[in-house]
Amino acid sequence: MPHAHLNLHAPTGDVVKTTTCYMCACRCGIRVHLDDGRVRYIDGNPQHPVNRGVICAKGSAGIMQHYSPARLSKPLLRVGERGARAFREIEWDEALALATQWLGDIRARNPDELAFFTGRDQSQALTGWWAQQFGTINYAAHGGFCSVNMAAAGMYTLGGSFWEFGEPDWELTRYLMLWGVAEDHDSNPIKLGLGKLKARGAKIVAVNPVRTGYGAIADEWVPINPGTDGLLAGALIHALLHADRVDLDYLVRYTNAHHLVIRAPEAPDDGMIARDADGHALCAARGDDAVRIVRADAIGIAPLVVGEVRLADGRVAVPAFQLFAERFMADDYAPEAVATTCGVDAQTIRRLARELADVAFEQAIHLPQRWTDAWGREHAEMIGRPVAMHAMRGISAHANGFHTCRSLHLLQMILGAIDTPGSFRYQPPYPKTAPPPNRPGRARKADGALDAGPLGYVHAPDDLVVDARGEPRRIDKAFSWQHPFAAHGMLQNVIANACAGDPYRIDTLFLFMANMGWNSAMNTGATRAMLCERDPASGEYRIPHVIYADAYDSETVAFADLVLPDTTYLERYDCISLLDRPISDADGASDAIRQPVVQPDRDVRPFQDVLLDLGARLRLPGLVDEQGAPKYPRGYAQYMVEHERAPGIGLLAGWRGAGGANDGVGTPNPDQLARYVEHGCHWHRAVPAAGRYYKMANRDYLEWAKSLAFVGSTQPVVLQFYAETLQRFRLAARGHGAMQPPERERARVERYFDPLPFHYPSLSPLAGEGAEGGWGEVSSQDAPHANPLPQAGEPKARYPLAAITQRPMFMYHAWGSQNRWLRQIATRNYLYLNPRTAAEHGVADGDWIWLVGERGRLRVQARTHAGTAPGTVWSWNAIGKRKGAWRLAADAPENVDGFLLNHLIDESLRDRDGRARCANADPVTGQAAWFDLRVRIERDAEPRRHGHRIELAGAAG
Amino acid sequence: MRPTFSIIAFTVLSGIGYGAWFLFGLGAAIGPACSAGGLSGPSGATLTSCHAPFDSFAALLVASACVAVGLLCSLGHLGKPQRAWRAVSQWRTSWLSREGAIALLTFVPAAVLVVRYGLALQSPTDGVAVTELHRWNDASWDETGNRLLGGLVALGSLATVFCTANIYASLKPIRAWHERHVVPAYLLLGLYGGTLLLHATTTLSGATWHRDRLVLLVGTIALAAGCGWIKLRYWRSIDAQSSIAAGQATGLETLGVVRAFEAPHTEENYLLHEMGFMLARKHARALRRIALVAAFAVPALLAAVALALPAVQVAIAWLALASGLAGLFVERWLFFAEAKHAVTAYYRR
Amino acid sequence: MTALPPPSAKKLGLVIDLDTCVGCHACAVACKEWNDGGQFGPLPDEDPYGTQPHGVWFNRVHSYAVEQATQGGTRELTVHFPRSCLHCETPACVTVCPTGASYKRAEDGIVLVDADRCIGCQLCAWACPYGAREFSMERGTMQKCTLCVDRIYNETLDQADRQPACVMACPTRARHFGDLGDAQSPVSKLVAERGGYALMPEYDYQPVNRYLPPRPRRDGCADAGAKPAPEEALDAAQLPGVLRWLDRVLSR
Ligand SMILES: Nc1nc2c(c(=O)[nH]1)N[C@H]1C(S)=C(S)[C@@H](COP(=O)(O)OP(=O)(O)OC[C@H]3O[C@@H](n4cnc5c(=O)[nH]c(N)nc54)[C@H](O)[C@@H]3O)O[C@H]1N2
Ligand SMILES: Nc1nc2c(c(=O)[nH]1)N[C@H]1C(S)=C(S)[C@@H](COP(=O)(O)OP(=O)(O)OC[C@H]3O[C@@H](n4cnc5c(=O)[nH]c(N)nc54)[C@H](O)[C@@H]3O)O[C@H]1N2
Ligand code: SF4
Ligand code: SF4
Ligand code: SF4
Ligand code: SF4
Ligand code: SF4
Ligand SMILES: [Mo]
Repeated sequence: MPHAHLNLHAPTGDVVKTTTCYMCACRCGIRVHLDDGRVRYIDGNPQHPVNRGVICAKGSAGIMQHYSPARLSKPLLRVGERGARAFREIEWDEALALATQWLGDIRARNPDELAFFTGRDQSQALTGWWAQQFGTINYAAHGGFCSVNMAAAGMYTLGGSFWEFGEPDWELTRYLMLWGVAEDHDSNPIKLGLGKLKARGAKIVAVNPVRTGYGAIADEWVPINPGTDGLLAGALIHALLHADRVDLDYLVRYTNAHHLVIRAPEAPDDGMIARDADGHALCAARGDDAVRIVRADAIGIAPLVVGEVRLADGRVAVPAFQLFAERFMADDYAPEAVATTCGVDAQTIRRLARELADVAFEQAIHLPQRWTDAWGREHAEMIGRPVAMHAMRGISAHANGFHTCRSLHLLQMILGAIDTPGSFRYQPPYPKTAPPPNRPGRARKADGALDAGPLGYVHAPDDLVVDARGEPRRIDKAFSWQHPFAAHGMLQNVIANACAGDPYRIDTLFLFMANMGWNSAMNTGATRAMLCERDPASGEYRIPHVIYADAYDSETVAFADLVLPDTTYLERYDCISLLDRPISDADGASDAIRQPVVQPDRDVRPFQDVLLDLGARLRLPGLVDEQGAPKYPRGYAQYMVEHERAPGIGLLAGWRGAGGANDGVGTPNPDQLARYVEHGCHWHRAVPAAGRYYKMANRDYLEWAKSLAFVGSTQPVVLQFYAETLQRFRLAARGHGAMQPPERERARVERYFDPLPFHYPSLSPLAGEGAEGGWGEVSSQDAPHANPLPQAGEPKARYPLAAITQRPMFMYHAWGSQNRWLRQIATRNYLYLNPRTAAEHGVADGDWIWLVGERGRLRVQARTHAGTAPGTVWSWNAIGKRKGAWRLAADAPENVDGFLLNHLIDESLRDRDGRARCANADPVTGQAAWFDLRVRIERDAEPRRHGHRIELAGAAG
Repeated sequence: MRPTFSIIAFTVLSGIGYGAWFLFGLGAAIGPACSAGGLSGPSGATLTSCHAPFDSFAALLVASACVAVGLLCSLGHLGKPQRAWRAVSQWRTSWLSREGAIALLTFVPAAVLVVRYGLALQSPTDGVAVTELHRWNDASWDETGNRLLGGLVALGSLATVFCTANIYASLKPIRAWHERHVVPAYLLLGLYGGTLLLHATTTLSGATWHRDRLVLLVGTIALAAGCGWIKLRYWRSIDAQSSIAAGQATGLETLGVVRAFEAPHTEENYLLHEMGFMLARKHARALRRIALVAAFAVPALLAAVALALPAVQVAIAWLALASGLAGLFVERWLFFAEAKHAVTAYYRR
Repeated sequence: MTALPPPSAKKLGLVIDLDTCVGCHACAVACKEWNDGGQFGPLPDEDPYGTQPHGVWFNRVHSYAVEQATQGGTRELTVHFPRSCLHCETPACVTVCPTGASYKRAEDGIVLVDADRCIGCQLCAWACPYGAREFSMERGTMQKCTLCVDRIYNETLDQADRQPACVMACPTRARHFGDLGDAQSPVSKLVAERGGYALMPEYDYQPVNRYLPPRPRRDGCADAGAKPAPEEALDAAQLPGVLRWLDRVLSR
């Protein structure tokens, strides 16, 4: 009979080890099956709270990442010109000595001359702390070019956010609206969740110019025009208000909608919330006789949400809700008024509003679960509004993303749909107070360390990181008047600013896990040129030193003077900490570790170990003991266990305390890592049943959270329906207070620091808003490179199409193309456009065309796709590669046919003569405006001739 | 389907080889083998004069060579040729297996025939000069045995080509092959090719005009007509075939108009390389004409000429074969190139 | 033996939910990984880091744009479509095989290739309308989806892990594995309730795998034929402006 050699019981391998996947930032639990020392198979860990056993394409392909020929194998020292990829292999001692010398000199001279920026990094708890000990304010992770709009809007409004800190109630929601989500960080949890919704028959609505991926399985596709979601959300709010389908009780209980806002136009406290002598917010409440003004946080009162009242001092005030209602009930947010701009017809908008209201109110959930609110009142049940929203970069990657995201949060609030059964839910350790208390570090202590972590939340102008003249102090201009709430820094501007010496020159650019030489840069061609630009006077590189830590031979490696080769994710310890970007879910707090499952076969070292080593060599506070000996000679594994942020609080929350009996708080436990390994490398602590919802004002939850040191007190978190914090900056712009913006920034600040969300078109001059932002005359930065630049404010008509990118589910940014399996799925990318759009331009499916933008033009191959909005063109992100990188053949399709949109996306907004005025970013948060790009299509003489071309205005290539 | 040389060469060469074997075998089976000739030997006895079918032993050798070479070519298509022997085991279900088995079996009678004729030619009895090559005098020549062998060769050849044809005709996913003209066309074209081959090779025998050749010439003309006709019918019928659409392949047609958006992989894979071969309509048209003219029209005309003036027939016979072979290669190339596999419906092709 | 076994009671196969599949390729890569290192491997790749990378995959994920007629006009759908062997009941891919390398298991209906017998004639690939067979010159033998026969019975795996790699991986749980011969099995029930269908039945290969069609989209625009939903007016009653809430009694 057939198949003599078929063995149905062959073991998978000889050893199985658990660890945490790092083929993307979702950080699922995996089981690595080894067969005499070699990785044989990687599958999902069924016990893991993040992925529950499933694994994505990237995760399964991890084996080919681990064995990638593009892995770096030894420290490299540049010998040729920057960008020429001419290196000499050196020993670690030489590499570390060199780095120590460069950084040592800087620290002695001026620590801010070190710009330390990390990209896909998931160890910010270490890197941020290290920067603080070094004493530089110039540290940031990738968030600034990623999704800080979501993070900031969320943290300043809810004390949590869509981005990684919250999730839809996958078990109970009946209606999910996905705003601009293609994949997101929670890759597997979202897919698991969508699967559940589908099985339950919940309705899914995808608001997105493109229908792919998640949108493909949605019931309804709303093909919105990019950058107009704020209008759509506003129109939904408009319809709900007019129909009086609003959860006012929810608003007065959990938000500051009833707080009284002072109306005194010229006054220094105009628009601020009225407070009593002790600073308690006030509201107007219905007394049995007349309206009385009482503390807004009092219970058992009947607050008013509309109606003008007189304060004790005789001044007029109105509830925040009234200001909100006045704005959104006005005609400019009427469905009919927004329809054409959004590309969504009025009936659809009204129907969506109707469906939202119907599900939230007619299909309300009554969960028979007793709970106690933050004020000590017992409730027999939990009322749920089963409308959930999730939003990501489709909202955030626009220069109006902060306010758009706020609009979404306010829409959720009026539906009473934040952390209730069936709605959006917080993931512990969130919610925190909105905004959280930690402010960015600004001053150096005696030991040279920064007084606080370099990143944080600005509460008032005093917290800005600016000099006496109000000019930026950080190299990326984060926390300056240009981008006050840049909570994650602005990695996308570091190179341009450093090159232009604006606001000043730096000595060393230290990059970790950020492909700034290619797909992570805006205006990529120019950026690459800047990295190689020399100072005509001295002949020196404008950025004298570039140190880069990468594990693979990426595009950016070519620009480094010193390359520190990292291990692969299967060869090192890592820490997925609650102090960083947590992997918790709404029902429990989690953290995890990575353990080495195989030993490196190359002369590489885990970057975290190298950083600790470097810190010790530099004798940084906290990294050496009194005798100056390294505190963590055994590297990151030791640091993860022994380092304490505050007494009893370290990077890992599980198995703390001498016996490992404590959760969250406890003395360091030497056996902690062993415990983690025993438990599949992760720790999970479930939220008590009574604390699962209304976390912002649920005593059961808050006490639990306090016990784990997630929150300082059990005081309720008041949702910032009205963002008073923004008003402080607006007042400064109006000339109030000690800290005021420089003249040229006033108009911008005044306009964008509106305490209530509003919609404004993209800042890009090309979007027809040349004057938007009202820059003064003085240029804050010279044009990085002169070229025949566009006339700012040219009519939108010249660039009728919006150009955006999407994450492919099977690739992670730059990483995937070195992976022999993943690259087979897409070795090239196409420009997708609607068949009608194609026909209008005489473009046939498969034609090569020119994509023309302000910065230049790209020759790309077009493909038609009916699921693309007619006004939009798009492509998969980061498929195009640069010849020479990733150990791919020179004529690999990634190099010769694939393309990046980044070449056309400017990092700056420019004036008529092309001088950079400010970052092409959100004026509130500094979020890079990737998706504000506008283009037009031109046909090629030989549409069937293959080949990608990049033609940039000016020199850069 | 991708036209691979190994398979084209295999079907064409073995096809004409078997065609020739068929005719030769038939000749041996039913043709007059020996006749009492006029001459008398020294002993005064009258001699029986025998001759090979079509008076050409060479023809048999060349035909055998074609068959053998053809079959060898087919191995070229295999990923593991060294295991080819396994291919005969599944004759119960597999046409390929049957083809292999019968092809091998047919070699037995064919080989014996070759040997017998060979030996007979070497050893004409009691030293009487053999007046003509491929003819000899032998009273003891075993006619019945020969007729039997000839019959077996003829049958085997027919059966083998029938199996070859059915390998293709049985494949439902390839509509252009799963079509009623395919089997008869293979048989006819084989026979026709065989005729051309025989006619040319018989001239090697150096013998002068012989009535058997008349049969071949007339046969050539008749078969050419028949083949041309059946190919035209075939092409008309496959042109009428609707190709499978993505909607049908995915079962999504019930939802609406289905178009491929993204292929699983951006580069070409095995399936597309092997089955996604695309031939432009206008090229196909041209090639069809070339095939018709070269394979059938030209040889038929030449045959007519040969009938008229036997003087030039030798040259003509070879011209006809050359043109015919070339034409048949084009025809066979088209047979593959024009066939569309169902799987292409899943792709943007 | 390429003669088909008598129909087995047990018909193991996959049920793939096109309503839930997001086209993430997880199943395809998990499949490649499991089988590449397993006893049906390797699954060779040609030119893996070069100009024309391509390789052997037992599972490939397509996507289609479907334009659907509605009353308003058209509705654009994007449908993802994973394609692997359907383990047909009467597949010619088995009967055409001249060596017996291609066979269907009598006990559970799984269609396999015995690489030790295969001569690489590729006839079975030609015989499969579903493009489920894969060939590489590097190996010279035919390969295909094995339904993870080396997982589903494998006693060295936990009971819970005795499932095809693609099914275990699928993040949306759009893939289901089971016995479609047993009307009471969860997969059979799923097929019954969701109207699961077989691909291209006209070939009469009788696929065992089933696809669950996308559910009707509830997006407000009625499908062609159906009558439009009544325009229930949300804000017909135009109440006064913000002052409408003046005498609303709220509790905090
Ligand atoms: N056009 C366009 N551009 C975009 C975006 C977009 O949507 N459109 N998205 C932007 C966003 S949100 C982001 S987050 C960025 C992402 O951009 P990045 O954060 O730069 O991510 P990658 O491009 O993957 O680069 C990460 C680098 O880390 C390296 N690396 C991988 N694994 C390891 C490791 O284990 N150790 C070390 N030391 N290095 C490793 C990789 O080789 C790569 O060079 O791209 C941005 N760029
Ligand atoms: N597989 C995979 N997963 C990843 C990554 C990856 O590279 N690969 N990257 C990770 C990173 S760093 C990040 S930041 C996240 C990002 O996660 P996502 O936010 O999902 O990333 P994008 O692909 O940028 O998604 C942008 C989506 O918004 C849509 N869009 C664009 N403009 C608009 C608009 O104006 N309005 C609306 N409504 N939609 C719009 C686009 O069509 C696209 O679908 O993904 C993370 N996860
Ligand atoms: S989602 Fe990210 S972390 Fe999870 S398996 Fe996939 S690549 Fe790994
Ligand atoms: S893994 Fe699941 S969702 Fe992803 S492509 Fe395969 S079937 Fe579809
Ligand atoms: S799908 Fe193809 S390979 Fe699989 S059994 Fe059916 S015919 Fe054979
Ligand atoms: S390729 Fe192998 S399995 Fe397929 S038919 Fe030929 S011998 Fe059989
Ligand atoms: S069942 Fe196994 S072999 Fe078949 S597609 Fe799934 S993973 Fe691949
Ligand atoms: Mo990102």
